[in-house]
Amino acid sequence: MSEKKPKRNGQPANGKAGERKNKLSGDALWHAQFNAAPKRPGAIDRTISDHPLKPMYGPDDLAGIDYERELSYPGQYPYTRGIHPTMYRSRLWTMRQFAGFGTAKQTNERFHFLLSQGQTGLSVAFDMPALMGYDSDHPRALGEVGKCGVAISTLQDMQDLFAGIDLGRISTSMTINCTAPIALAMYIAAAETQGVPCEKLSGTLQADMLKEYIAQKEWIYPPEPSMRIITDMMAYCSKHVPKWNTISISGYHIREAGSTAVQELAFTLADGFAYVEAGIAAGMDVDDFAPRLSFFFNAHSDFFEEIAKYRAARRIWARHMRERFKAKNPRSWTLRFHTQTAGCSATAQQADNNIMRVAFQALGAVLGGTQSLHTNSLDEVLALPTEQNAQIALRTQQIIAYETGVGNVIDPLGGSYYVEKLTNEMEEGAERYFERIAALGGVIPAIHAGFFQREIADASYRYQREIETGERIIVGVNDFVQEEAEQISLLKIDRAVELEQCRRVAAFRESRDGEAASSALARLADAARTDENLMPHYLDCVRAKATLGEISEALVPVFGRYREPAVI
Amino acid sequence: MMARPIRILVAKAGLDGHDRGAKVIARALRDAGFEVIYTGLHQTPEQVVEAAIQEDVDGIGLSVLSGAHMTLFPRIKELLVKEGAADIVLFGGGTIPGEDVKPLLQAGVAGVFTPGTPMATIVDFVRRECGKRVGA
Repeated sequence: MSEKKPKRNGQPANGKAGERKNKLSGDALWHAQFNAAPKRPGAIDRTISDHPLKPMYGPDDLAGIDYERELSYPGQYPYTRGIHPTMYRSRLWTMRQFAGFGTAKQTNERFHFLLSQGQTGLSVAFDMPALMGYDSDHPRALGEVGKCGVAISTLQDMQDLFAGIDLGRISTSMTINCTAPIALAMYIAAAETQGVPCEKLSGTLQADMLKEYIAQKEWIYPPEPSMRIITDMMAYCSKHVPKWNTISISGYHIREAGSTAVQELAFTLADGFAYVEAGIAAGMDVDDFAPRLSFFFNAHSDFFEEIAKYRAARRIWARHMRERFKAKNPRSWTLRFHTQTAGCSATAQQADNNIMRVAFQALGAVLGGTQSLHTNSLDEVLALPTEQNAQIALRTQQIIAYETGVGNVIDPLGGSYYVEKLTNEMEEGAERYFERIAALGGVIPAIHAGFFQREIADASYRYQREIETGERIIVGVNDFVQEEAEQISLLKIDRAVELEQCRRVAAFRESRDGEAASSALARLADAARTDENLMPHYLDCVRAKATLGEISEALVPVFGRYREPAVI
Repeated sequence: MMARPIRILVAKAGLDGHDRGAKVIARALRDAGFEVIYTGLHQTPEQVVEAAIQEDVDGIGLSVLSGAHMTLFPRIKELLVKEGAADIVLFGGGTIPGEDVKPLLQAGVAGVFTPGTPMATIVDFVRRECGKRVGA
């Protein structure tokens, strides 16, 4: 990875540089002057991802770049400069703050608050039991109910979550994966009770199981049946919920797990291609489902590297979709993405500084052309955000949107020697990973072989060692440290929340027709043994008031439970 | 001179899948010359304690990033005592707010390391505290 650089430190200065000034080209003169100067202590020749950098980029770095082929105009293939002809000139990105904690009722109050503050879309964070397929009153849920997100076990919970919010008008993103079909079914059923038909629903389901095995590690069944569930959802939504984004193919968690920017880019797009292959293999036309695939990237701290990553992502996706998968619809070529600032970059030390980190990261996402954005709150390194900190995070986006002027010009960094070169290098780096993944037999065999997990663990350990040795400075952590007197006030999830939620789930089960729920669950399991699309059966289970935990468990005898090969 | 290398079980309990910290610490402890066993994800407190006793470890390093630390740490400590293995040093870290550190220490957790703790600090802690058990 590390390229040998001309040694600068301690190199004898060329005393004759001045004399020869007239004989040297500007380029050679600059090199001579640069090499003669001492290097600042702590200057790093690599991005935060260990990608080698030159101290300056120039016209040579753009040699061979064909504008029409590599960049083209916004809204035109290969979309390097943005997916829309107008970008933020006609419509700002969606400010979508992820929220969820405690009970459905508590989160519903936060949703109403965020909407009243000018947020333009909803994004649901579920708690760990809901994400892993357990009801709130399951023994494995002990201590976790409502902690990382909102506790959702029943259709009633889902209805309470959106009380007073018109599901026909708002778009909702749900960050949920192995239990995604259940969440979708509950959302559709909750909309039915509001009188909103599923054709009118718009939103996004994360439902990206491949990155779960690679990075986030929330699963129930093994990868193969998980892929079948996802293709069932894609097929169902393309017919019945046409405005729904069925998968949000996520690099965010890959990056949070410690990957580099190139790894995030490559592994995420490789996952995307795997879903496309699965959809085609299931008999769908690529243009029937690809327009509803969307992406989710991390916004980390290395500013230009991130911008190059987003630009490269659009170009790679467009090329592969058109040339490799023969998609005809331009909407299948365009990579739409959501961005979230890097939780892993936030520090517990001098936590207020996270506001600045978030602002720079968010700015990078906007300059990279994101379609929607979540800015982290300063306290998220330790807990879910308080209302006040969530507000500062949202205001950060509004300041970028309305005060900095960066949205006035489309792709303002297009043509920058550095950004274009880095964009090319990101694309090349990703292509090299695609080859390695293909050599292992594809994404799923590479997961079974522990390939991604090891690559990420290596990268995160390298990064941690750089901090440890002081080679890389993190303000407030390994330099500029100060004794901290005051503690920031944190959102606490009371133990009473867990008890209350458990009571609610028990009451829900009592009040229903138990026979109807059991027979719907049995039909779901039977359908899983055939090729039938499972989505209508998930819906039947939800309508019959089966719980999230019961539905998840019903398929374990058919699909089995995944166990990860634990690699350090 | 130590009679044998210090043995540490790096553990992930509960439903939490964040394993970046656990893996980094596991590697750092291994690089420091300790024997490291990693439980893998999603273990119950019972499974963690059973593995610790079976592997005859000197310490358990528990990583919790899901907010369930006030449930998981005390439960594991309680099980260690119940199984007559209270001499196994329980320590850990994760997204643990400062105000929770003291109650955890009072519950018998020997060391709580919050975000940003240098790996060297944890290595020193293990050498000192778990070293007692191998008769340093």
